[in-house]
Amino acid sequence: MSVQTTDYTVSEIRSPAAFVASRVFIYGALVFWAFVCLFPIYWTITTSFKSAVDVTQGHLIPFVDFQPDWKGWRSLGLSPDSIFETSTVRDEFFKRFMNSVITSVGASGLAIIIGSLAAYGLVRYRYKFAWFKNEDISFFFLSQLILPPVVLALPFLVLYREVALLDTRVGLVLLYTLMVLPIVIWIMRDQFNSIPVELEEAALVDGLSIWGAFFRIVMPIALPGMVAAFILAMVLCWNEYFFAALLTSTDAKTIPVMVASQTGSQGINWWSMAALATAAIAPLAILGIALERYLIMGMTAGSVK
Amino acid sequence: MAEQISTTNAWPGNPADLIPAGRKRLGWGLLAIATLALLAIIVVQILYKTEMSTVGFDTWRPVIYAYVLWGVALGAWQVLTRGEDGQRALFLLPALLFTIAMVIFPTLFGFYIALTDWNLSSFAGRRFNGLDNFWQMLADPYYRNALFNMVLYVLAVLVEYVIAFGLALLLNAQIRARKFFRVVFLLPLMLSPVAVSWMVGKSLMEYRFGPAATLARHLGWDNPAFFSDPITARISIMMLDAWTFIPFMMIMLLAGLQAMSREVLEAARVDGATAWQTFWQVTFPLMLPVSVTAVILRIIFKLKLADIIITLTSGGPGGATDSVSSFIYREYRDRSNVGYGTMLAMAYLVIIVVFVTWLLKFASRFVRNVN
Repeated sequence: MSVQTTDYTVSEIRSPAAFVASRVFIYGALVFWAFVCLFPIYWTITTSFKSAVDVTQGHLIPFVDFQPDWKGWRSLGLSPDSIFETSTVRDEFFKRFMNSVITSVGASGLAIIIGSLAAYGLVRYRYKFAWFKNEDISFFFLSQLILPPVVLALPFLVLYREVALLDTRVGLVLLYTLMVLPIVIWIMRDQFNSIPVELEEAALVDGLSIWGAFFRIVMPIALPGMVAAFILAMVLCWNEYFFAALLTSTDAKTIPVMVASQTGSQGINWWSMAALATAAIAPLAILGIALERYLIMGMTAGSVK
Repeated sequence: MAEQISTTNAWPGNPADLIPAGRKRLGWGLLAIATLALLAIIVVQILYKTEMSTVGFDTWRPVIYAYVLWGVALGAWQVLTRGEDGQRALFLLPALLFTIAMVIFPTLFGFYIALTDWNLSSFAGRRFNGLDNFWQMLADPYYRNALFNMVLYVLAVLVEYVIAFGLALLLNAQIRARKFFRVVFLLPLMLSPVAVSWMVGKSLMEYRFGPAATLARHLGWDNPAFFSDPITARISIMMLDAWTFIPFMMIMLLAGLQAMSREVLEAARVDGATAWQTFWQVTFPLMLPVSVTAVILRIIFKLKLADIIITLTSGGPGGATDSVSSFIYREYRDRSNVGYGTMLAMAYLVIIVVFVTWLLKFASRFVRNVN
């Protein structure tokens, strides 16, 4: 600990005993909360390797408490010995998985495109549609955030039936786009605000059109913000359950709906449930950890000036 | 959402931007044709669906295509008739047309459905019944109960805020492996609430073998049933929801802490303030604007709470954990009662809009008064 103390100004350290006590408290609290965050994930992953007895006896540590087995993954058709065999469960899983990928990537992408354009316009230009000015338009977009899904769910159920979009991926993409659009506009507005106007003025003087300046000059600078908005939108869309449960039945079911409908007639097969949950969580958790910097950037946009 | 960023007009309209009359005529013509086509297709479809004509489409989908084409024509009209101003409007149009089509129309339609007696599983079809659903709603004890639960769930945000603030302070302290802890603390936010409610709520907290129950027994709780009596069930739901959403507030608060100038804290220390005094006199007041934003955003997300409850308790025991969203969800899933469900949802929307408007007003006044 003596090496560390050089980092601090003298005034921060009152006495050695108090310093040690505060260190112990800080690291104790950090480790405790890290445990709270990680244990459920550890439990999920290990349960996918347990047999029924190991689950019901609450065994925790692999190789010590119980002998890990590919049981859960085999039931999904994803274990090493079953991966090359045909498996209806695996086909089903990949179908749901692709639905999730297509809907969340599609919706996030669409929201980024129209959301960035709108945010840029709102930041740089003055609009007046009838008696609506920029502030009113911004408020209109952002106020969509408070609209609870349940308000739109039943009207959409009826409308989608009429336009044959029920149980289609396109239908989900449209709704998810609507869901994340306010967040994208919120983040991107903050991004464009931080870009100096002079850059675009110079581009216009050099003969670029308004749209040329946007695509050639502004977009490359705002790209980190777009990544941030995209990853945040991805998280929300990938985990969305409410609309997916109401508006899909066979074709367009996404992963969360598949996870939620896993009750068999003989109770729950915890090992396969755990394997499925792990597979549902893993892609996004990995993506989120890899792009953590952007995720944080997206969440803090506009909150700190 | 509370604050609006005031924008400066970078480029005022260019009066020298001359547009030939022919181009203007082309623009207007295009818009007129597109509008007529859209109206025509709607009329044809209405006539077909009301069986007054035999020409038409099976579904309403062509109307959507017509709307998209009309949107394109609207954009072209803007560019053709207004030149550079039109190009500027083009930035806003896609998002605006999309949101109007996806929100305004369904919401208005929803208000109409709310006034009908409409059960999708019966053959009777839709029947206008005025305010019957509304009177039924006022007498519905389960709906009132769900609203009451929402109040409790929203109040739980304050506890989440305290924990999130504590974690943000921890992460902001001089620690090693800060990045590791930050990633770990952020992890729950990325997990699917449905998978979490299965693996944590149904497995980890399972009465017989779940490690959480075992731990509770060791700590002296003889009968660790997390979801069987109303109060514990509510607390369990709150805890699970808090677990997934605390990182969200924590990150916002951490950003606020990191943006704070060190000089102020330094000055407080030099003046001899204890850590406790520094926190209450300096850190907390300075953090108030960020805190208010974080809490309001969190409350807005909380008001949508549904998926954990739907998968975990289905509102049980006896509706004790029902949120409004999960209650309406079951109203549709179990009884296919679209008309009544929509009335409940619309009433909820009105309540939320009033509540959030009040909250924003109250929060801005609160922040102003303290600072």
